[in-house]
Amino acid sequence: MKNKNSQGAQECPSRCPDNSAFKQQKLPAWKPKLAAPTVLSSFFTIGLFCLLMGICLILYINYSDICLNCSKLRENSSNWDKECNCTVHFTLQENMLGNVFMYYRLQNFYQNHRRYVLSRSDAQLLGQDVNVSIQNSSCEPFTTYPNGTPVAPCGAIANSMFNDSIQLFYYLNSSTAIEVPLLKSGNSWWSDKNVKFRNPTSYNLSSAFAGTTRPPYWQKPAYLLDEEDERNNGYINDDFIIWMRVSAFPTFRNLYRRLSHTNQFADGLPAGNYTFHITYNFPVTKFKGQKQVVLSTITWSGGSNLFLGIAYTVSGAVIVLAGFIITAIHLKLRKKKTYFQR
Amino acid sequence: PVNLFEQFQRVANAYFLFLLILQLIPEISSLSWFTTIVPLMVVFTITAVKDVTDDCFRHKSDNQVNNRQAEVLIDGRLQNEKWMNVRPGDIIKLENNTFVAADLLLLSSSEPHGLCYIETAELDGETNLKVRQALPVTSELGADIRRLAEFDGGVVCEPPNNKLDKFTGVLFWKDNRYSLNNEQMLLRGCVLRNTGWCFGMVIFAGPDTKLMQNSGRTKFKRTSIDRLMNALVLWIFGFLVCMGIILAIGNSIWEQQVGAHFRIYLYWSEVVNSSVFSGFLTFWSYIIILNSVVPISLYVSVEVIRLGHSYFINWDRKMYYPKKDIPAEVRTTTLNEELGQVEYIFSDKTGTITQNIMTFNKCSINGKTYGKSVLINPLKRKNNKHLINLDSNKQTDRKFQFYDHSLIESIKLGDSMVHEFFRLLSLCHTVMSEEKNAGELIYQVQSPDEGALVTAARNFGFIFKSRTPETITVEEMGKLVTYQLLAILDFNNIRKRMSVIVQTPDGQIKLYCKGADTVLFERLHPSNEELMYLTSDHLEEFAGEGLRTLALAYKSLTEEHFKEWFKILQEENTSLDNRNEHLAAAYEEIEKDMMLLGATAVEDKLQEGVTETIASLSLANIKIWVLTGDKQETAMNIGYSCHMLTDTMNEIFIVTGHTVMEVREELRKAKERLFGQSKDLSNGHVFCEKMQESKQGSVLEETVTGDYALVINGHSLAHALEADLENEFVEVACMCQTVICCRVTPCQKAQVVELVKKHRKAVTLAIGDGANDISMIKSAHIGIGISGEEGMQAVLASDYSFAQFRYLKRLLFVHGRWSYFRMCKFLCYFFYKNFSFTLVHFWFGFFCGFSAQTVYDQWFITLFNIVYASLPVLAMGLFDQDVNDQNSMDYAKLYEPGQLNLLFNKHTFFICIAHGVYTSFALFFIPYGAFYNTAGEDGKHIADYQSFAVTVATSLVIVVSVQIALDTSYWTAINRFFVLGSIAVYFAILFAMHSDGIFVIFPNHFPFVGNARNSLSQISVWLVILLTTVVSVMPVITFRFLKEDLNPTITDQVRKLQKSRRKQKPLQNYIPRVYRRNSRRSAYAFSHQEGFGELITSGKNM
Repeated sequence: MKNKNSQGAQECPSRCPDNSAFKQQKLPAWKPKLAAPTVLSSFFTIGLFCLLMGICLILYINYSDICLNCSKLRENSSNWDKECNCTVHFTLQENMLGNVFMYYRLQNFYQNHRRYVLSRSDAQLLGQDVNVSIQNSSCEPFTTYPNGTPVAPCGAIANSMFNDSIQLFYYLNSSTAIEVPLLKSGNSWWSDKNVKFRNPTSYNLSSAFAGTTRPPYWQKPAYLLDEEDERNNGYINDDFIIWMRVSAFPTFRNLYRRLSHTNQFADGLPAGNYTFHITYNFPVTKFKGQKQVVLSTITWSGGSNLFLGIAYTVSGAVIVLAGFIITAIHLKLRKKKTYFQR
Repeated sequence: PVNLFEQFQRVANAYFLFLLILQLIPEISSLSWFTTIVPLMVVFTITAVKDVTDDCFRHKSDNQVNNRQAEVLIDGRLQNEKWMNVRPGDIIKLENNTFVAADLLLLSSSEPHGLCYIETAELDGETNLKVRQALPVTSELGADIRRLAEFDGGVVCEPPNNKLDKFTGVLFWKDNRYSLNNEQMLLRGCVLRNTGWCFGMVIFAGPDTKLMQNSGRTKFKRTSIDRLMNALVLWIFGFLVCMGIILAIGNSIWEQQVGAHFRIYLYWSEVVNSSVFSGFLTFWSYIIILNSVVPISLYVSVEVIRLGHSYFINWDRKMYYPKKDIPAEVRTTTLNEELGQVEYIFSDKTGTITQNIMTFNKCSINGKTYGKSVLINPLKRKNNKHLINLDSNKQTDRKFQFYDHSLIESIKLGDSMVHEFFRLLSLCHTVMSEEKNAGELIYQVQSPDEGALVTAARNFGFIFKSRTPETITVEEMGKLVTYQLLAILDFNNIRKRMSVIVQTPDGQIKLYCKGADTVLFERLHPSNEELMYLTSDHLEEFAGEGLRTLALAYKSLTEEHFKEWFKILQEENTSLDNRNEHLAAAYEEIEKDMMLLGATAVEDKLQEGVTETIASLSLANIKIWVLTGDKQETAMNIGYSCHMLTDTMNEIFIVTGHTVMEVREELRKAKERLFGQSKDLSNGHVFCEKMQESKQGSVLEETVTGDYALVINGHSLAHALEADLENEFVEVACMCQTVICCRVTPCQKAQVVELVKKHRKAVTLAIGDGANDISMIKSAHIGIGISGEEGMQAVLASDYSFAQFRYLKRLLFVHGRWSYFRMCKFLCYFFYKNFSFTLVHFWFGFFCGFSAQTVYDQWFITLFNIVYASLPVLAMGLFDQDVNDQNSMDYAKLYEPGQLNLLFNKHTFFICIAHGVYTSFALFFIPYGAFYNTAGEDGKHIADYQSFAVTVATSLVIVVSVQIALDTSYWTAINRFFVLGSIAVYFAILFAMHSDGIFVIFPNHFPFVGNARNSLSQISVWLVILLTTVVSVMPVITFRFLKEDLNPTITDQVRKLQKSRRKQKPLQNYIPRVYRRNSRRSAYAFSHQEGFGELITSGKNM
């Protein structure tokens, strides 16, 4: 940074400081000043941009948000180990075109509680040695059973995994219902599926999990999560991966299934009557929570949330307004200033 | 390792250590251990490096003094010994012009009668030579080393004290007692002059010496910003505890209301089993999380910035003094921003304001003035056409400069009055000459005034060659003339004149007299009246320029007259009682009916640029007090010549009372005048009203208009500093533009400073060059030493040192102001940054069951303050300039915000905090709103905790960077590099930490794998970041713009000017020269001491 100044040519004894721009604090610099034109123009540009943005977003959402937030399932089942089914009917007034996603939505479930968030072992989920990886994790009290058998996967997150199964049926007519084909894999992030989660290596999955047991609330061990698809089983089961990605807020929704575009569903869900068949396993009443099933399409900006659009609109409007006010003040003051300067 | 221990002793560091321990408790730890330890290690390393370099530096300068060599008599031989090894009882040999190493008892010297001359400028600021005389018994020892080595006298004396002018002791030697007093003492800090060598026995050494006793204790100086910062940190800490309590209560309630039901999924851990206990633990957890509002890096960053500023001062070429090759030097690096807040300057006179050089500047001979006034402009001097070329005379002193050719002409023409004038100058003095090499005359003067006059005569062809007790040899226009010296009528303070009576080779007896004009004019021959008025006018003119004047007169005597008088004189001389008075009467007898010759004007040369500096300092509302050991006349004279005192001032109060009552009376009068006569203080009620007034003092301060000055004497000051007058004195003094204290001791200097520190909450600055200023330098907030003269004592005690008084202006107006400005900006931004960073956790607490879950990735928390956000703000703290240096110098008003402490105080602090809170609010709630119950654009996750963390963190980094971009008013390449670099580094580290490779290696420490890629590829995340930035920055722009538009500060105005006037020349401050008309001061009293005449006539010092 020593831009030698040409003035430093004069001979200087040893103790004389260097005449470099850096040392003399004369580095070339840009000295910005809040000048009226820049400030005002930036106000109007930013304001208008925000307004436009907001309007776009709202339009998009309005247009595509035919999402069906339909049934709130409530059941007072305290004996949750019993299998329990229920069905929910609903009618879709319009076609849902494009990609349709099915979410489950939980309310009042504190997935972001610190002890909950910590209660997992990433090493274990990476397929490393069970006994070692559990040691240093904070999975307590879901680390081992009293008899010392390690839990796989350990921790409170895994233990509390959402385990309802939901099926969607479409009524071609009033009597015949066909199951809507839904995809259960490919719902998680690529990095999660391929990097973050790995099954322990062994000749087959059940032997890989030998010596461990399922978490206490699970009905089946991890290697039976998806018996049909080897690549969707064990730790790399999509439902499991999605559940393990804890939410930021107590109310959240996780992707459950995607619509498979086949037959009459090639363009999306046609309007008509539908039924959810739900195997009710996951109790929510205990913590005064609620669960919902959500069918949704998405927009270019993501899911169905008006907030961003509204926020943009509001802040855009405020900024433009402020721009006008400032302009007014500025102009008024300029007259005053000339008066001051005489 | 020792350093590490020392560092833990600092409160702040101990606090962080405590946090670290908290984090090791697993139940509490809300963050991994590394989040604290990494910054802590970085901080420790930087501090340690700084401490080590500081220590080295200090050792070096200490060694410099301690290792000075002194010749010590050991085992009968002279050996070189370091100063630090000198012990009481040692016998030391001193050479001419060396510093006295310790307090010595003078044993013998090269001069006859064991005389020895010392200069005590380092001690008391007086520049004249002083005589010390050894006891006759010891002076016989001479230079006989063998006998000296055998010297085995014992000394019983007072314990070490700080009284410079007193010493009592008894020497026991060879069964005799000899009483000792100050006459035999050579104090440390003195310089031996005009004496070849001398031997002395060490009485006190090292810290026992009077000099060291006077220097006061060294205190650790802290700046007011430092104190404010500490207070604020405590407040923040309180705030932190409050937040912790709120969240802990929240946690207890949550555990009871919500958590109880949620417990099927999230059991109690083994330790925690009640909601209250959980709340208690949460409190500590939150203390850990939120501790970053009191950032570890704050103190170290502040230190780094100050260090940087110090280097800038060291590097400043405009404070480098090329003549002596001395750059400015910062010795205490922690005080820089205080330089921007100075309100009171306490200055020494000799060597600080004045150069301690006298020059013969003008003269008036027989009613005609010679010499032109020279404006203080050293640069132009070389080109001055009027400069006389005196090379024709071989024995001129090169440094001599005079600016009038007419004088030379008259000398050449042989104008008898002119000749007589210079003859007087070459005869009537007590100067000793010494011819070193061929033709090289060296005058040894005891007062610089006299030196200047004799040198002037020498340059005009009247060369004083040598003297014996009976003769004076002068070379007059090339001829050697020897005068018989018949009598010296010595100077004293009452007479204010001195005369010599000489007999010329052709038998004429003449009396030459020089002295204060007032005294001399009374003793002139009536025929001189016309000339007297003329000369009087000239004298006024000279005095108006701040020159010291002296009137010259002569008288021819008849032989009979002289002999008659001489007889009387000798009678008086032998009379026992009232000898001095009788002598004076005899002198009076002959010094009358004299013929006026003319007058001289000697300039006590000010340091370069002093007048301008003082003028602009007082424009900036800085009050200047001059504390000097010199006499009142000298001090006032200097006051006038540097325009600290002017005749346009409403009133100059002079306090010279000797008793408490007198001083009180004088102060009371002064105050009456200050406040106008409206307050009629009756004597009886002085006390109660004083109490009342001291309360009103601060209010009244503003009501006083007009310029006032106060001059106070040393002994009056002693009374004024006593407890009951203290208040009154400060009140009066602080209302005066200028205060001059003369005849003060080093200790009093410190007391004055302490007094102002105590009664006015203002930053004080003391500047001085000599050892007598050390105490003052140490007790003021900022001490400045003028380096370059021989003494280094003041410099060693000071916080800053440079070579010239005028650099003070640049130090204060440019460096001080910038430092203050930068530090304030830095602190504001720093607190803002940390609040917006940390409070997000607070908001998040309400949504995560108050479980002390962090919003950010732990690595982000670790690195945010030391990597992502530290360098841009450091760059701002180091390089920012609101106004360039030229303008800061030109517009003294710019200095005021610092004095009033406007840029960083509690008010601005709260604004910063509020700004931070607002930003954190936006940072949290906009992503919250956007992510609440939503999904990504591919239908997958977006509202998960990790994505949220990344979004908020990215927004934070960007918002904070944009904010610093707004705050920076001086964008150097470094700023740009750091701001952009920080953002780049953030993304680089983000992607590195979220990469696959690092996760596979440490799966438990880097769980955010793939997150950056997934989140940041979502448009909505960017939209959120953009909105957050806009929302948190726009209000700031609005407020700043409106503030600048509606209510521009001086800084804003100057910046505007600066912008528009870039091409025009910088404004030159025009300081009108003020001429005085009515007060004239005579120079003779100045630094003259009586007694030299006697020495000369007695021949003792030949």
